[in-house]
Amino acid sequence: MRAIFQSKIFAILTILLTLLVIWYAMAVKLNTPWQLGVYERAGTTAWTTSQFINDTLNQKRPVLPSAHQVFSEMYVTIFQKPITSKRSLVYHSWITLSATLLGFAIGTLFGILIAIGITNNKALDRSLMPWVIASQTIPILAIAPMIIVVLNAIGLSGLLPKALISTYLSFFPIVVGMVKGFRSPKNIQLDLMQTYFASPMQIFFKLRWPSALPYLFPSMKIAIAIALVGAIVGELPTGAVAGLGARLLSGSYYGQTVQIWSALFMAAILAASLVMIVGLIEKRVTKNMGLTT
Amino acid sequence: MNYGAATNWTIVFFTFVFWLAAWFLNSWLVKQEEKTPNLRQFNSIAVPIIFGITLLVVWEGLVRGFNVPTVLLPPPSMIWERIINSTDILWLDFKQTFLKAVLIGYALGCGSGFLVAIAIDRSPFLQRGLLPLGNFVSALPIVGVAPIMVMWFGFDWPSKAAVVIIMTFFPMLVNTVSGLAASNNMERDLMRTYASSYWQTLFKLRLPAAGPFIFNALKINSTLALIGAIVAEFFGTPIYGMGFRISTEVGRMNVDMVWAEIAMAAVAGSLFYGVIALIERKVTFWHPSIRGGRN
Repeated sequence: MRAIFQSKIFAILTILLTLLVIWYAMAVKLNTPWQLGVYERAGTTAWTTSQFINDTLNQKRPVLPSAHQVFSEMYVTIFQKPITSKRSLVYHSWITLSATLLGFAIGTLFGILIAIGITNNKALDRSLMPWVIASQTIPILAIAPMIIVVLNAIGLSGLLPKALISTYLSFFPIVVGMVKGFRSPKNIQLDLMQTYFASPMQIFFKLRWPSALPYLFPSMKIAIAIALVGAIVGELPTGAVAGLGARLLSGSYYGQTVQIWSALFMAAILAASLVMIVGLIEKRVTKNMGLTT
Repeated sequence: MNYGAATNWTIVFFTFVFWLAAWFLNSWLVKQEEKTPNLRQFNSIAVPIIFGITLLVVWEGLVRGFNVPTVLLPPPSMIWERIINSTDILWLDFKQTFLKAVLIGYALGCGSGFLVAIAIDRSPFLQRGLLPLGNFVSALPIVGVAPIMVMWFGFDWPSKAAVVIIMTFFPMLVNTVSGLAASNNMERDLMRTYASSYWQTLFKLRLPAAGPFIFNALKINSTLALIGAIVAEFFGTPIYGMGFRISTEVGRMNVDMVWAEIAMAAVAGSLFYGVIALIERKVTFWHPSIRGGRN
């Protein structure tokens, strides 16, 4: 019994349950003014407390939708709509996900290449690294609408512009992590490679690359999470056609709070599963390499 | 601008020459370091600046040389002109977005994250429950709450500050909690032998030891706050603000104005980050990464 109380799962579940209770309490409180107005207009005077609470939790456009409203909306839009339908959350998630994955792939590749350049060339290290850092102080998410518009003007539209925003966001943690990783071999190890008369290529593939891998995966976890944010924000200015970001925007235009919340939860689930998948690959790779984690 | 005009190869050529020259200058400067170690300090500033100037010159040269329509990419000189000519608008937007939404939201978000971290520090149960959640939430696309906040708190800056608070809260919480655990047993035992109370240990040992972690969160949050405030403005604002200006001027194809806002955002973001990094150097002067001379 004691073990259960002291376990992590128990603590997390307790806090989640508390949050759920707070959520419902807030939903009742925030939706009360509107519900009172509804009763007044309808002329309903004799309402019981339980009826009132029930009504506040089931409004059509609540200020704060209740949990069961959000989850039933998610259930309906995920499982009960054909996935090609514009009302299907799976359809919108897929659009966002494809941009995320493409951007993440390009960003990772690009980041690794920059890191290779930085670790192998001193001038590049000195001149590029400060600008890689400075590039992240530009709020790229703020430029997102312009990048979309500009790329549209060149003739690029659809997936790629969004993916480029994800790329821009995700390359940074990769560069920082991989520069650290490529530099992690100790002098003694490098000296050993020298005594083997290893070529720079051999040093790279047999020493530097394997020792950088433990740095790659944590960076990739951060990168894929922000790539998703980039794809979502990239969808905001495209005129709200498709994708989770578009769901958020159209929901906010038409006051569909339930739709906003379900899109938000979907994004959360997506982010969590992406990070988890990277984590699983990491476990697999580190196990195969014989590294203890 | 004359669209579709022929490429001006002279400008392109000189741009290319300039780029090569700057590249060799940088390589040369870095090579000199081995002979004169004093150059290191100078280089750490000069080399990035030369690189940055080269970037601007190449940008200007290529845009002019290839006659890229300004709607797509205006040359830096044009953006600079726009900045000089519309300082009043830029200042209005800066006041709305940065001085109100970002700074207030940043202070409240970091402050509450810090206080909650201290509060749950005494309860292992809350730590076990809240930390994984905090880590989880940090990976979520929190900017998505922006439309909800706009709905709840209206179009003006409080809704943007609310987004910033939510975005900055969790990094601060997670970092402060791990920072409070940073002092080791030996040091805590020493505090016990001094018969110091919980609060004395907190203020004299554990908070100073948590400094690097807290500043790390402050630095992460400084960029997050700016992004949060600007993105939140896409969902509805009064008729000023950096995010508002960017989204409307894109629609009107005034790309130079957009770039002016971006330049301002970049400068504001870098300065914000820089100020925090400077305070960090003063406060956590004892940390190896700062004592070592280079950050």
